[in-house]
Amino acid sequence: MRARKPLDLRQALVVDSITKYFHLPQPPLWKRLLGASADLPEPGQLPKASKGGKEPIAAVDHVSFAVERGEIFGILGPNGSGKSTLVRLISTLLRPDRGSAKVFGIDLAEDEMGVKQLISRVSVDAAFFKKLSPMENLLYGARLYGVTAPEATVKAYEIMGRLGLKRSSFNEPMEEMSRGMQQKVAVARAFLTSPILLLLDEPTTGLDPRSKRDVREFIEELRDSHDATILITTHDMEEADVLCDRVAVIHNGKLAAIGAPEQLKHSGADNGEFSTLEDVFIHLTGEQLVDTEAADIA
Amino acid sequence: MQKLVRRGLSALRLESLQSYAFLARNWHLTRRYWGWEVVWFFYSLTSGLSVVFIAQGAEALTGAAPSFDVNYLTMYLIIGTLIWRYLSSIFMLTSEVIAWERWEGTIEYTLMAPVERWVHLVGQTAYSLIYSLVTTVLIGIAMALFFELDLSSANLAGAAAVVLAGSLSLIAIGIVASILPLLYPERGAQMTEVVQASFLLISGVYYPISVLPDWMESLARFSPVTYVLDGTRAAVLDGATLADLLQFIGPLLVLGAVALPIGLRAFKAAENYAKRAGKLKRVG
Repeated sequence: MRARKPLDLRQALVVDSITKYFHLPQPPLWKRLLGASADLPEPGQLPKASKGGKEPIAAVDHVSFAVERGEIFGILGPNGSGKSTLVRLISTLLRPDRGSAKVFGIDLAEDEMGVKQLISRVSVDAAFFKKLSPMENLLYGARLYGVTAPEATVKAYEIMGRLGLKRSSFNEPMEEMSRGMQQKVAVARAFLTSPILLLLDEPTTGLDPRSKRDVREFIEELRDSHDATILITTHDMEEADVLCDRVAVIHNGKLAAIGAPEQLKHSGADNGEFSTLEDVFIHLTGEQLVDTEAADIA
Repeated sequence: MQKLVRRGLSALRLESLQSYAFLARNWHLTRRYWGWEVVWFFYSLTSGLSVVFIAQGAEALTGAAPSFDVNYLTMYLIIGTLIWRYLSSIFMLTSEVIAWERWEGTIEYTLMAPVERWVHLVGQTAYSLIYSLVTTVLIGIAMALFFELDLSSANLAGAAAVVLAGSLSLIAIGIVASILPLLYPERGAQMTEVVQASFLLISGVYYPISVLPDWMESLARFSPVTYVLDGTRAAVLDGATLADLLQFIGPLLVLGAVALPIGLRAFKAAENYAKRAGKLKRVG
């Protein structure tokens, strides 16, 4: 039993020059299973192409930022910009090729289990056992995080009621629920385990305006009443503007800008200021905001 | 010291709860898919009976009274059918630990939970043992209604010991096979079917391994299924004592003791690789 390093409560998340490549030329499988990695390109150089494979890409390219405790931090970027890859790196689902990330002072590479205990994630697609009911899914998730069934049941009723879910739907299969309702259950599941860093990967995508508002209000409430820090990726510029204390804009895997929404709106235009965060986004990325509900699969 | 014991108990309580999470989840899934359970039961029963009736039809097939004991052959095939049903069910349920998560789209959620992988696998294998045992017993009872079986000289406790010892090895092989869907998101689950089919062919489920070509017979000696079948048949058909059965139980325990830690290490290595290569997505 290894003693855990005490948490550093000053900063929730510190990401330092984190980099992730995909489709690099790989050594043979047996060597990879023994821990061998692909040859990484030198900083600033393009990765070598693999034989007959897909073009190598730097999905996240030397990205650095820090999130203060209690902050709601937004990550904005067009589809394929690397937002979801970044969240998956912080979620321990991917290993970075370069750089590091620390959650409340715990390094992901040194103590993955310690980080897992502090975080929860809601992805763009509600990941559930579709035949099981919301209650069965929530109890499963709660037990994984060490919350007993009686404790979880009380909290689940409270959270699902708060999110406007009808009691009659608690025991029906998830597959009979609308996409919006499923996403609300996903948010409830993340809150059930009281994470102190919540990673929300486009949590309101696919929700109707009323559900979006419910989820947003709940996110703010969680931050205020549960001392949680929230990192959120979104396509919804209005949502980012209203909800986030600071935002980072990512484009082609690189950090293009970082700051408070107001600060960004006042920052770059030659002829004054941008009227909306969307103008900032278009200015920085050179791309129109794609109004799509599709997941960022990068 | 007291503090250490308290921490140990607290960790044990957490790990038990986490293992139970997988067991309870799988039970809920079984309940929700009850229609399929009825289908699998009916399919297993009918396919088993179809094989066993070959023994009963020996006279009709050859046109002469058989020169062998039909009841012995009937029991031989029933044992093969039931043991294979039990062991293949353990193998499949254990090896599908990752495949299920991919089918349901929950792989990222489950693998980012703060659960040690061995705790995860304990939950999954506990379920696979209970499920396989209960369904096989039910199929066995249903099959017994079709034939007059004489178990008066059978050593059923000895047979149970052989089967339990063999379960460990199949769990270990299942864990190793479960790596395939981690490494190959699109074809991994299909590859585990090939592994299972190979065990069926070489392990003497419906015939003695002596009828196999030499090279296949050599392979059969490395299959734990061979030892489970031989041991169970010795206990049920010949009434072999526990001491006699040690020749089967011994190799099975050794295989299990060697293969389990290898399986866990291999799974961990594959998970680390999948995290480096970005293969933990819901789909390939």
